[in-house]
Amino acid sequence: MSGSTHDSVVAMHMSDGLVNAPTSLLFGAVALVWLVLAALRARADLDDRTAPMAGLVTAFVFAVQMINFPILPGASGHLLGGALVAILVGPWVGTLCIAIVLVVQALLFADGGLTALGTNITNMALIGVVVGYGVALALRPLARRGKGGLAATAFVAAFLNTVVAALGFVVEYAIGGSGGASLGTVFGLMVGLHALIGIGEGVITAATVTAVAAVRPDLVYLLRHERRPLLRRAAGAAS
Amino acid sequence: MGAGHAHPLHLPRDSAVHRLPPQVKIVAAFLGVVCVVATPREAFIVFAGYPLVLGAVWWAARIPLGWILRRAVIELPFVVLAVLLPLTGPDPRIEWLGMSLSEPGLLGAWNILVKGTLGVLTSLTLAATTSMRDLLVGLQRLRAPALVTTIATLMLRYVDVIVAEAGRMRLARISRGHDPRFLWQAGATARGVGALFVRSYERGERVHLAMLSRGWSGTMPVLSTAGLATRRAWMVGLAPVAVAAVLAGSGWVIV
Repeated sequence: MSGSTHDSVVAMHMSDGLVNAPTSLLFGAVALVWLVLAALRARADLDDRTAPMAGLVTAFVFAVQMINFPILPGASGHLLGGALVAILVGPWVGTLCIAIVLVVQALLFADGGLTALGTNITNMALIGVVVGYGVALALRPLARRGKGGLAATAFVAAFLNTVVAALGFVVEYAIGGSGGASLGTVFGLMVGLHALIGIGEGVITAATVTAVAAVRPDLVYLLRHERRPLLRRAAGAAS
Repeated sequence: MGAGHAHPLHLPRDSAVHRLPPQVKIVAAFLGVVCVVATPREAFIVFAGYPLVLGAVWWAARIPLGWILRRAVIELPFVVLAVLLPLTGPDPRIEWLGMSLSEPGLLGAWNILVKGTLGVLTSLTLAATTSMRDLLVGLQRLRAPALVTTIATLMLRYVDVIVAEAGRMRLARISRGHDPRFLWQAGATARGVGALFVRSYERGERVHLAMLSRGWSGTMPVLSTAGLATRRAWMVGLAPVAVAAVLAGSGWVIV
């Protein structure tokens, strides 16, 4: 585990001082409101059986963020996980999962600034999860058709989640960026790089979701009302 | 796996800083970074003060300087990004060593570099002096919702499960002649990721049942000696923050 943590800084974690204090505060407030809402709504989604699932998804996102695949010389990408958690455990629990990953990374792994937590949570836990879940929901008829449809849904949701989350960074930078780079440069760098990362993210998300759906369809939140409700109940009784 | 669940940035020592209640350290680290970020970037001299504050904390925590600095390379990708700023930034430009550098770009790069570095050093200090379970207890005492601490606890437990499972799968791949390079490893990683998730879930399910059968109720049992924060602990913990606040304030005065 050690030694690989520094790679995971590249993708979207913002450091302290990248945006000014008022902007940090603003997005801190946005993130806080969203987290409170998610915590309230997540209660309905979380029971004895889904709590360990949420823990595992969170740990998975955390661990997979350490597995990097090189994209360009000097730049590597990793899973952001927004679409993945949204599809597997739903948007509310998913938001909490991503936020927890970010908080633990900031506190224990010096990954992402403490005052940038608001912007990071806004990008990855709010924008990422909402976009990922929205796209997945819109494509649900396709996902219901079978393995290929589900893989395509997961891929598109994950790809858009990554790119739109990168746009979130561009917006924050436009509002209160303290660097001297022009907005066009930042836009090109962020969106271009994250379109590449998004492809990797899409591949990994599609692979994970289809693998889970093949073995345990009862664990896929997106399809919770669709398939084999009896199996779900049986699995619930087991724990 | 049943060991202390140490994280790689933890430096177990017995010092006053390590013994501080975790919630005090979390609040102090957070407020400290807020002070740094709130300091105007043109107040160059003030930024020399913050490393002194951190140095004093490291001395009290008995963290070697080299240990911290080696781990601060976490920040390197940001350095690369910051180097671009003076080259791509807007006018006015200044000439330096034959290069035309943007003045706002230079200021921006300095700003990101110095504040990012101080932020990383602060987080490292917190991580070095706080174990994972202490951090969870700290978050619990800071009134994080039970739901959040439950997920966080399970996450930290399952990270070990996933890492162990991934290690087994990697070993299996390598022993079958797999030698991943560059972009092609993405395919193998992605195919493996699905299997890794299912394998980890199945193991995790058993872990969860084992935890339940040992009386786990969803909250972290408080076993550590770090008791509830006393007024004195808060005073000690927030003393460096007070210095940082004075530094930030003086930054605004001199600019």
